Amino acid sequence: MTTTLPAYDEVVARYEPVIGLETHVELGTNTKMFCGCPTDFGGAPNTRVCPVCLGLPGSLPVANRAAVEATIRIGLALNCSIAQWCRFARKNYYYPDMPKNYQISQYDEPLCVDGYLDVEVNGEPVRISIERVHMEEDTGKTLHVGGATGRIHGATESLVDYNRAGIPLVEIVTKPIPGAGAMAPEVARAYVTELRDVLRSLGVSDVRMEEGSLRCDVNTSLNLPGEQWGTRTETKNVNSLRSVERAVRSEMIRQASVLAAGGRITQETRHFHEDTGETTSGRSKETATDYRYFPEPDLVPIAPDPTWVAELKAALPELPRLHRRRLQQEWGLSDLDMQSILNAGAVELIEATIAAGTTPTAARKWWLGELSRRANETGVELADIGATPAQVAELQGLVDAGKLTDKLARTVLEHVVAGEGSPAKIMADRNLEVVSDTGALTAAVDEAIAANSAIADKVRGGKVAAAGALVGAVMKTTRGQADAKTVRELILERLGVQG
Amino acid sequence: MTDLTSFSAAELAGLVARGESSAVEVTQAHLDRISAVDDRVHAFLHVDTEGALAAARDVDSRRAAGEPLGPLAGVPVAVKDVLTTKGVPTTAGSKVLADWRPPYDSTIVRRLRAAGTVMLGKTNMDEFAMGSSTEYSAFGPTHNPWDLSRIPGGSGGGSSAALAAYETPLSIGSDTGGSIRQPGAVTGTVGVKPTYGGTSRYGLIAFSSSLDTPGPCARTVLDAALLHEAIGGHDPLDSTSIPAPVPDVVAAARLGASGDLTGVRLGVVREFAGEGAEPGVLAAFRAAVETLTKLGAEVVEVSCPHFQYALPAYYLIAPSECSSNLARFDGVRFGLRVGDDGTRSLEEVMSATREAGFGPEVKRRVMLGTYALSSGYYDAYYGQAQKVRTLISRDFTTAFDQVDALISPTTPFVAFPVGARTADPYQMYLADLFTIPSNLYGGPGISVPCGLADGLPVGLQVMAPTMADDRMYRVAAALESAVGPFTPPAL
Repeated sequence: MTTTLPAYDEVVARYEPVIGLETHVELGTNTKMFCGCPTDFGGAPNTRVCPVCLGLPGSLPVANRAAVEATIRIGLALNCSIAQWCRFARKNYYYPDMPKNYQISQYDEPLCVDGYLDVEVNGEPVRISIERVHMEEDTGKTLHVGGATGRIHGATESLVDYNRAGIPLVEIVTKPIPGAGAMAPEVARAYVTELRDVLRSLGVSDVRMEEGSLRCDVNTSLNLPGEQWGTRTETKNVNSLRSVERAVRSEMIRQASVLAAGGRITQETRHFHEDTGETTSGRSKETATDYRYFPEPDLVPIAPDPTWVAELKAALPELPRLHRRRLQQEWGLSDLDMQSILNAGAVELIEATIAAGTTPTAARKWWLGELSRRANETGVELADIGATPAQVAELQGLVDAGKLTDKLARTVLEHVVAGEGSPAKIMADRNLEVVSDTGALTAAVDEAIAANSAIADKVRGGKVAAAGALVGAVMKTTRGQADAKTVRELILERLGVQG
Repeated sequence: MTDLTSFSAAELAGLVARGESSAVEVTQAHLDRISAVDDRVHAFLHVDTEGALAAARDVDSRRAAGEPLGPLAGVPVAVKDVLTTKGVPTTAGSKVLADWRPPYDSTIVRRLRAAGTVMLGKTNMDEFAMGSSTEYSAFGPTHNPWDLSRIPGGSGGGSSAALAAYETPLSIGSDTGGSIRQPGAVTGTVGVKPTYGGTSRYGLIAFSSSLDTPGPCARTVLDAALLHEAIGGHDPLDSTSIPAPVPDVVAAARLGASGDLTGVRLGVVREFAGEGAEPGVLAAFRAAVETLTKLGAEVVEVSCPHFQYALPAYYLIAPSECSSNLARFDGVRFGLRVGDDGTRSLEEVMSATREAGFGPEVKRRVMLGTYALSSGYYDAYYGQAQKVRTLISRDFTTAFDQVDALISPTTPFVAFPVGARTADPYQMYLADLFTIPSNLYGGPGISVPCGLADGLPVGLQVMAPTMADDRMYRVAAALESAVGPFTPPAL
């Protein structure tokens, strides 16, 4: 089917979008949600399993207190009310990556409800309302072998790895977000970005979208102005911040095209494709399973002690938005400067570099300059560039001590990024230190004067500017490792001229 | 029958401890008895001869080395096949687990081993503990040693019949609606449903998680108490386990055996003492009430008006939970797999496995429960049943404001002939009419033999408040001292 898709401007001129986001976060607890198996990423298939997470007959779950605590902290950071009493529920459906053929989740009694998260979109504040934050267990991973698509249809066999089964998950659900208009894709992205930063600041998850520890489902619908909200679709497989924005945009355009042609939107799950930037139909919700939720009888209700919750609240770290505002003040930056640091993903790197003893100006210069340039060239995240804040601080220290010139420091940094070790070690190994030993430098100066006696005479005769050529000669013999100002002073001194 | 099989567990433990008998001799005597009679009784699904003798030798060598032994060391025990036993077949009475050997021990079995008891093997049961006659076992029925043409009760008919047949002095059962107490009553043995959460469910293959309670079965009240003490208490692997010590049931049983119930107030449940029970059962029960009065107890009548709704509420809650609990039997990870010949889809294999692996009663309950939990029906069925459950719990707490314990017949009828009630599920469900309320409430119940009707045993049930298990042991032991023992005809 080939249809000409409408332009985005036309879509938002005619329709109003309503979006909503469901985000799953894998918690970074040491053990699984309901058993003592380790949670580390990787591991040979089916090695991090036990009777409980395999759902063997007779086994029973016991809730992981650390996971409950992390969920409460997330709820508090998102300004939610923490339930005084809540329960787990069973979500019943058959799928081989679900060991028990039900998932332990929360249904009508979630741990955290009614919160919000403030984000900024193009400098404008937007408040996203949070419906609920609840706990559940992850499923295993199924690998379908033999089919053309990698999906279950057409596969000749399916392999299941239960290492992931039972990893604690937190699901964060927004209320519907109307009124974003043309900005809906950016709002979605800003929300997930801010949420990721909040989760990271809490230290509850490594929030890596590409590894699946942060997963996002995007709900989208369109309606004509003044009319009821439209039927929504749920887009899955959205694996990066950029994809969040693209998925909303592409789904808005697709729905507009269907509606413009007189069609109606089917309530369904759709899959986002990173390569094409489009969504395709998954399973239809109209024929969806009846999950037959009921309270999980194997687990006692959770009734968090209010004193404990108050303690957790008091111990929350400074949240990213406030933190950024404070840093901007401390560093004396304009909004624009701060924005460029944010865009580069360099806030924490710069902060750590400063903490290691560098001035804000120098730290910002290295991370936004040389290192950002290299990150862009090689297409890696700044945080993964290969240089640590400690190394950058050490490098700047060498410059400040006069042991490296800026130019030499850039050379050293190149080797740091290449993984050759600390700046001091590289400087020594590669003999890149500024030549400051006056004996050696005097010899080089004398050599240059002897080799360029005509120029030396001019300088002696008062043409001090001619000394530049002698400086150049000295710099050449010292391979640039001398400080030009020192060399110049030395030349004038040897020639008996006042500088 | 050799002498050793006629002793109580307490007596056998004494013989072993004093060196008058070795654990191996005690074990061998029971294994011989099983060989001699179990082809007629069919109490066992699996006899672990090697494992039992090895455990017995271990007790003997520990005794020889002068190590301290527990109060039940060297005493044989049979375990209902619903509790996982590492490396030893565990079927839950179902074809779907016919060849399953669990990789782990249930907490109860782990504690039995730690106590030095000797596990003889696994006992027969209705499939997934759903039934009241052991006729729904996928491996054939168990027969009542009092009359082999009759059923031994269920679902734990194997555990109770093994006691009545002197194949074991102790056994473990599980009670979801009466599966320990009702078989105890109809085989003339003692069956205890502890307080829910007082015994660990870890490793108990779930039927209905909010009701399932493993517990001790024995021929005497003291033996049941000794076993209760060995298996009970908090287990961190079971979230619903109560973090408190086991009530002192052994001391209570010893106190009761003195035959003095002065100062004890007992309530006869009015709704269970009139219609609904066979005349012979009621006669034996009334005689027992007189005996209790003579022992010094003050007996009054107490009304529990919501008990009449217990059976329907139970038949919504238990099937609902079982429909979810039994979803894992799909042929993917363990147990039976049917139809995996390369031509069928995953869904078809799962479906064929469940079709072939489950018997008719299990399917009936899975379907009932699936329906009751369905969208649009939940409030009317599961939700409503939970409200009834709350009302029944209130009846109990109100009653326990007036009396120390409640008493009733354990079951409305004596052991019925094999096949008599299988045609009509409702007639079978009535067997648990008097036992279900305790499960819905969570409090403990015990069935103790109180007399005979037409030569068949009748049980009296004592129900106590949650975590007051000791109260019912005292009453049961006093009655036992006054009316027992009831010995079945020789096999």
